[in-house]
Amino acid sequence: MIEARGLTKRFGSRLAVDALSFDVRPGRVTGFLGPNGSGKSTTMRLILGLDHPDAGHAAIGGRRYRDLGWPLREVGALLEARAWHPGRTARSHLAALAASNGIGRRRVDEVLGMAGLAGVAGQRAGKFSLGMAQRLGIAAALLGDPPVLLLDEPVNGLDPAGIHWIRDLLRTMAAQGRTVFVSSHLISEMALMAEHVVVIGQGRLLAHAPVADLAGGAPSLEDAFLRLTGTSTEYRAEGA
Amino acid sequence: MTMAATHAGPGERAGHYRYRHVARTEWVKLRSLRSTWWTLGITVCGATAMAVVIGLNTRNAGGDLTNNALAGVVPGLLLTGVLGVLMMTGEYTSGMIRATLAAVPRRGLVLAAKAAVFGIVALAAGEAAAFISFVAGGAALRHDIAAPALTQPGVLRSVLLAGASFSLVGLLGLGLGAIVRHTAAAIAVLVGGVYLAAQFVGAMAAGVAGYMPVLIIANSLTTTKPENCSPRSALCPHFLSPWAGLGMLCLYAAVVLGIGAWLLARRDA
Repeated sequence: MIEARGLTKRFGSRLAVDALSFDVRPGRVTGFLGPNGSGKSTTMRLILGLDHPDAGHAAIGGRRYRDLGWPLREVGALLEARAWHPGRTARSHLAALAASNGIGRRRVDEVLGMAGLAGVAGQRAGKFSLGMAQRLGIAAALLGDPPVLLLDEPVNGLDPAGIHWIRDLLRTMAAQGRTVFVSSHLISEMALMAEHVVVIGQGRLLAHAPVADLAGGAPSLEDAFLRLTGTSTEYRAEGA
Repeated sequence: MTMAATHAGPGERAGHYRYRHVARTEWVKLRSLRSTWWTLGITVCGATAMAVVIGLNTRNAGGDLTNNALAGVVPGLLLTGVLGVLMMTGEYTSGMIRATLAAVPRRGLVLAAKAAVFGIVALAAGEAAAFISFVAGGAALRHDIAAPALTQPGVLRSVLLAGASFSLVGLLGLGLGAIVRHTAAAIAVLVGGVYLAAQFVGAMAAGVAGYMPVLIIANSLTTTKPENCSPRSALCPHFLSPWAGLGMLCLYAAVVLGIGAWLLARRDA
């Protein structure tokens, strides 16, 4: 369970996240939608304690991220592709992260296998294609076998087989009772993957509803999304 | 949550990551990069080569032969200094810092672990560089010049402190990396602060020149006897004693690392 309460983040004079409140419940995939620059990544960084909020707070299972005892065993996160030293092998990268949370080497090999990277585990990760890089990022998120997953644009750069893999993986994770929070700008992918969506625009909450309800009043989820975020684009024009 | 139960049961979930976990992470990170071993290897070989060249060109036994054999220390410091910078800025360049801080949200612990792991590795490499240089420099001397021995007054001390200075400049680099966050800028500050500032300060204010890191290392740490001339002479600065010099360098590293830790905790990652 992820809770955001009045999360607010300002970069200079720009309000990136504006009094954002929502809950992400376990047992289902929750999509996080919004146009480019709407504050999705910033929100995720605020939840993970990487950015400090100007107001409000976020909690994971009732606790602030920084108070978690074994963060990787409670929250698995994918924030950006290629967030590792290019000279390190995939296995060393995962082994380094695993050590910080007392996770054994066996688990490193396990997640490499789950991500389909067992054959390239000893290669320098700097040479990985974007698709392999995403898989390594997801392997890192799975390291601690966490009950909460937070993934920023996980399907970016994946081929159809990779997209199918991540869709199945996330649904399986949710069916196991985990909390799965996934951002994407690919609405069609979200319509297939998520049961619930949080939609933001200009850092503000625009919708927080089951996919079926949101798409219900419109021809498709995409239409519903464009209608919602269209309002926020007008707001932007007024503000400018 | 059947899968979750197999890997992290309730018993395992209790507790908290500790300093030793974070230190292990930093050790895996440091040792898994080839550049670490190349840089440290070049540091040792470069210092040794310099000692041999100076030894071969020594014409008489006048002067401080130990200091001569350790002449490769000052230029070699740049390598451990840069390695220290990269240990921090490399994470910002790649974005790894966000994975690191998500795994270990108590950020002070991250920098403390980096400092301990890198400090020890750089100390080991630095002592190797100092002792090998000392032996090689002595062996390269002409037969009619007696090589200095570790049993002579001040010799063991100066070799040991020469090795320690690699580690201390490395830690200075690490702290600067945490403050500046960009590789090129942090290296510029390191080179400016350690090497160039000494030139300007030495020329403008001889009284404080002895406090410049590079002059501490060259004139206090790696000598058997600090060279001092008349305190009245404006051109010849007063140098710190070896132990005072060591304390001064430790203080610099501690202050820079402290500021780095404070900024790391305060800033957005």
